Amino acid sequence: MGTVTQTIQAVPINHYILLASLLFTIGVMGVLVRRNAIVIFMSIELMLNAVNILLAAFSAYRGDASGQVFVFFIMAVAAAEVAVGLAIIVMIYRNTRSIDINILNKLKG
Amino acid sequence: MSHSLFYLLSFITLFFALLVVFAKNPIHSALYMVMTFFAITCHYLILNAQFLAIVNFIVYMGAIMVLILFSIMFLNLNQATEPQKSSLLKFAGVISAGLLMLTLVGAIVKTGGGDVPFELIKPDIGLVKNLGKVLFNEFLLPFEIASVLLLSAMVGAVLLAKKDIN
Repeated sequence: MGTVTQTIQAVPINHYILLASLLFTIGVMGVLVRRNAIVIFMSIELMLNAVNILLAAFSAYRGDASGQVFVFFIMAVAAAEVAVGLAIIVMIYRNTRSIDINILNKLKG
Repeated sequence: MSHSLFYLLSFITLFFALLVVFAKNPIHSALYMVMTFFAITCHYLILNAQFLAIVNFIVYMGAIMVLILFSIMFLNLNQATEPQKSSLLKFAGVISAGLLMLTLVGAIVKTGGGDVPFELIKPDIGLVKNLGKVLFNEFLLPFEIASVLLLSAMVGAVLLAKKDIN
């Protein structure tokens, strides 16, 4: 591994930031445009992944392993979030026979 | 060569992310999402973050996407049952997201700097051995708390999704 990894040269850090912000924007667009609760969920996962890429890129840029550990924790929290969120969606579907988020406007105060 | 690989992977990532958002059928969205995650795994590989690549592959592409696909099939969702927003609201959503993108990209471009290719200072921080040392020394307490979080999430998910007996 040693000699191969010595020569790794990455693209400018700005390009990673641009990639992450574009991916984050696409996630925001998904949340705004769709009404299907599961697709909104997937858009939130896209946003989380944009942040993960940025953390990993900065971690490599600075030579600091903490960033990659944070990514690991974000993945653990995302797994927990998906499990609970999908359980809630299944429960909503059972009660209303639909996963259209417009039905949830009863939550308004 | 690694540079053109980065741009190719970025294109694949963004292309499939857009398809996730705009596919009509939720099943297609989920499958495009798998492709996006695969491209992101390759991004981690070209940063030499091997541990993250493996975890992303197993947790995201394996566990999370199977869970989402399973729920979509369980709820029997397809194009016919797909709720649609009015085209005005869709247009407004796309415009707002475009403005957000404009702000972010403008800020990044205007800030300047960081536009020279960088060499990885310590290319081996992402290997399992080194990351494990950091994880079990500095981050031992958060790691244990994460295990409690996963346990409570599991119990909560079972409790929420279970049918009421009475």
